[in-house]
Amino acid sequence: MDGAGARVNRLPRRLLIALAVGPTVGLAVFYVWPFVTLVVEAVDATVIADTLGRSSTWEVVWFTAWQAVVSTVMTIAVGMAPAYVLARYDFRGRSVLVGLLTAMFVLPTVVMGAAILALLPDSLDRTVWAVIGAHVVFNLAVVVRVVGSLWEHLPTDMEAAAATLGASRWKVATQISAPLVRPAVTAAATIVFLFTFTSYGVIRILAAPGTRTIEVEVWRRATQLGDIGAAAVLALLQLVVLIAIVSWSTVAQRRHAQAIGLEPTSARRRPQTVGERRFVTLIAGSAVLVAGAPLVALVVRSFSTPTGWSTAAWTGLGRTEIRPGIRVGVDPVEAVVNSLGNALWATSFAVVIGASASLAIVGAGRAGRALDGGLMLPLATSAVTIGFGMLITFDTSPVDWRASWWLVPVGHALIAVPFVVRTCVGVLRSVDPAMGTAAATLGASSIRAWWATLVPYLWRPLAVGAALAAAISLGEFGATSFLSRSGGETMPIAIEQLLGRTGSILQAQGFVLATLLAATTVILVVVVERLRPTEAERAER
Amino acid sequence: MATIFVVVAGACGSDDDAASSSTDVAATADSITLVTYDSFPEADTSLNDALAEFSADTGIDVEILVAGDTGTMLSKAALTAGNPEGDVMWGIDNTLLSRAITDDVFEPYLAAPITDGSVDIDPAFLDLVPNGEATPVDYGDVCVNYDLAWFAERDLEPPTTFADLVDPAYAGQLVVQNPATSSPGLAFLLATIHEYGLEGWQDYWSQLGANGVEVVDGWTEAYYERFTWAGGGPTPMVVSYGSSPPAEVIFADPARNDAPTGVIEDTCFRQVEFAGVLRGTDAPDAARQLIDFLVSDRFQRELALNLFVYPTNAAVDLPQEFIDFAVVPESSRAIDPAVIDAERSRWIDEWTELVLG
Amino acid sequence: MNAPPRDPPGLDIQDVTVTFGVPRAEGTRGRDPSDQQLVLDHVSLSVRSGEVVALLGPSGSGKSTLLRVIAGIIVADSGRVLVHGVDVTQRPTHLRGVGMVFQDNQLFPHMSVLDNVAFGPKMAGIDRSERAEHALTWLRRVGLEGFEHRRVTDLSGGEAKRVALARTLAGEPAVVLLDEPLTGLDRDLHDRLAGELGALLHDADVTTLLVTHDHDEAATIADRTAELTDL
Repeated sequence: MDGAGARVNRLPRRLLIALAVGPTVGLAVFYVWPFVTLVVEAVDATVIADTLGRSSTWEVVWFTAWQAVVSTVMTIAVGMAPAYVLARYDFRGRSVLVGLLTAMFVLPTVVMGAAILALLPDSLDRTVWAVIGAHVVFNLAVVVRVVGSLWEHLPTDMEAAAATLGASRWKVATQISAPLVRPAVTAAATIVFLFTFTSYGVIRILAAPGTRTIEVEVWRRATQLGDIGAAAVLALLQLVVLIAIVSWSTVAQRRHAQAIGLEPTSARRRPQTVGERRFVTLIAGSAVLVAGAPLVALVVRSFSTPTGWSTAAWTGLGRTEIRPGIRVGVDPVEAVVNSLGNALWATSFAVVIGASASLAIVGAGRAGRALDGGLMLPLATSAVTIGFGMLITFDTSPVDWRASWWLVPVGHALIAVPFVVRTCVGVLRSVDPAMGTAAATLGASSIRAWWATLVPYLWRPLAVGAALAAAISLGEFGATSFLSRSGGETMPIAIEQLLGRTGSILQAQGFVLATLLAATTVILVVVVERLRPTEAERAER
Repeated sequence: MATIFVVVAGACGSDDDAASSSTDVAATADSITLVTYDSFPEADTSLNDALAEFSADTGIDVEILVAGDTGTMLSKAALTAGNPEGDVMWGIDNTLLSRAITDDVFEPYLAAPITDGSVDIDPAFLDLVPNGEATPVDYGDVCVNYDLAWFAERDLEPPTTFADLVDPAYAGQLVVQNPATSSPGLAFLLATIHEYGLEGWQDYWSQLGANGVEVVDGWTEAYYERFTWAGGGPTPMVVSYGSSPPAEVIFADPARNDAPTGVIEDTCFRQVEFAGVLRGTDAPDAARQLIDFLVSDRFQRELALNLFVYPTNAAVDLPQEFIDFAVVPESSRAIDPAVIDAERSRWIDEWTELVLG
Repeated sequence: MNAPPRDPPGLDIQDVTVTFGVPRAEGTRGRDPSDQQLVLDHVSLSVRSGEVVALLGPSGSGKSTLLRVIAGIIVADSGRVLVHGVDVTQRPTHLRGVGMVFQDNQLFPHMSVLDNVAFGPKMAGIDRSERAEHALTWLRRVGLEGFEHRRVTDLSGGEAKRVALARTLAGEPAVVLLDEPLTGLDRDLHDRLAGELGALLHDADVTTLLVTHDHDEAATIADRTAELTDL
């Protein structure tokens, strides 16, 4: 692949370097440096001893772990049936259900938290069960996608073979299907565990103030108590745990890997018997209910004000006065404006950096791969850690950038660039190298040939990347909760603050913002799906 | 976009014509930002009128930036120390002042009218800022308030002591603020520590927790959203101020001539609030002028009826409603600032474990 | 329902009709009736108890579909399937007493050879030691003594086929279905296995329906042949 790319892009070194310099410097300044600062801040024997010696640290770690385990087990348990039904059956509304589950997964965490908050009765609000419920709904799509994609291609005849040997449906499921999809289940469980272990937005919205995951505790220590050292130690502790889990899961998946003859085409069919139809209806219906109800509740609650049903929260969106002259300092309208501004800049940064990085990655060999890997790192680091690192790094002259308007969009861009790069690099690598050669033989200079050959292919993946970047920026909460300043609150920050105002019009306004954010995100993701090259188009190339 | 970030940066000029009226002031900036807690009115009150007069006189526009409850505001200030969100901060109180000083939030400045003796002030307030780190601007007492009608309807005698609050008869009737984010919340915690001592307060809070105490993040939320009287909420007792009852008289609609809420005097903790110049301001002169104005008679006389606190400027007369309805406990509780400074974060941690954990 | 005859056939297929929806391009919605394709049109066939019948027919003639209808893997639009006189049309696969050897064996990759062969007895509730004994007996009969602990993914084509056969027969089904059992094996192996298979099925005295497109193979294994086109 690289060889083919290299031939098209026989570019002058200078140009390659020029393309790579932006992304490399950006990564070094805004990711590597803050990360090193964080480590340096934490590597202090007394702080480490203090933090690790505090019983509350281990209580937080314990809570983080057990809620993640319970969330993961529940997500797998709830997700297996819909994964099976979606993998094996064709039915009316199937694509709607897939779309709905995907939409839930791409929703910003605060919106997900808001939706569950909207759905649950007050008695369950602020409990750990609300959190686990949100995690389950949020991550259903992971199980359905990861397990379903294997299940879809597992030979159905193997299950039929077991049935001809006298195995009931239940025996087939437990003795044949379950062991065969186990690698995919392990993979899905790992992903869900990582998501829930690092859960932040959902907890900030849904849990009682004392319920803290490591991420929330990092935020609380750093921003509420000013205990930077302990926060840094916790951030690193989390990183160590994550690395351990990922390593374990890689080994485990390798050990359980087995050669299964996968069918190239999917084995979906329409349900045949009455029993099958009932089963499919029941499972698909429940899945629609589980995923759809929170969204409906979100919209409904935006019309629920202390004085009854009304559109007051929508029409009066803005600064609500609690008493003459006294407001709460959160302006929903301003938050929308701030979010749009941030998203605009974050998208611009991500697209420019992502495009030049992609061209450099495809053009350069080993160095390109290194840049590719480096740009992926922010994805593997939690957003809270990124925001925290930036906050404690850029606070001294001459790099005191805390008040700079661009710091929040840069943080967002850091998280969005990997998505832009992934969409672009794939397309660029599949460009037929002969076209570049042809252009060159027609007398075009190498740069012109390169420009004429590659750049036209870049627009569509860039548009996809831009939409993804905008969606990420609009919903980003972890890094923003460290970097945003008073008056510069984004929608997720405002949602978190407004939803805490139980029983007031402010909470309804929080639901209004969450509804708006949910709708925007879903629209952006639909745009992405529309713009993505289809399988057929890819094959054509 | 641009306008928002201008507000945040708190620096760039607004097109302000009033500046022409400035006389002897060499204003380097014609707009400064006053960072404050969320019960400070942003507009439409006589307090804001006073600020407008200041602007008219000096040519310095004052933008108000609300930054949450005091604890939250200070945390933000600590993280932005040296590159602040505004120029002047209003409302850091004696329970949190030492943290502000340790975190280097302020550029030390004591209002000139105090230094030159033109404003009369209780020396006890000045003892809290021995190096002139900030300027004491108001004081008050944090006390548990209760809804008189609520208790009357139920024929229930309102509690009078800390011990009463853990009586099952009052289960689920008290809302307090999180001391990590709110200064009245911290003051109330300190009051319980004062009452029960370094070894006894944890047990007391366990009992409060068992008796269904509700915790919210800030005063505004507790008072205006959870309290039965002021917020139409479910909770008839709230941690608020000794001066909250007169506020209820003044804002009563229709008008009334008795206070609808009462104060449990035994629970009162003395709070002194300070204003300071934020280190890193790019308009230090204008910021100092604003601090000077904040202790002036003109501004101090608006405090009672707008923020429901007592002016530190001893020359200011109190309005009649205030004298009639505000509760000034015979002996308010206080803890040595040095002890608060040394123990605060451990207390908050312990409290969090105990009550929220 | 008619009273069963005194000596009912081992397998009786009556008037089976199957239509399939033609798969359409992804993304298009709905299915209209004109997309339906007739695969089996009123097919009837009777196999005497213990008889081995080979079903011949060109590819695409619906032979495999018929086997799947008998096994209950596919539901027919109409018609009935009787096993030893009992109507099993409405029964799920595992309650029909119909064993089937698939063209591509479908051995369970997560189980050893022994566990594959012992799977049927296990489903029948036979205890561990007895079913291992039983499975070993069948492995011996198909010439795979000593293979019990091998992984099924490491077997050659001929070995895998023998395991599949042993697995089906070890379940002691009332009817055995074989779907192109020897297709894809090399000539030598094919001929040898064809002989063995015929002997094995007759020894077991099990009612068998074998699908193939190879007339010689049919003649070697089966007692009787039938063409799907002229059923």
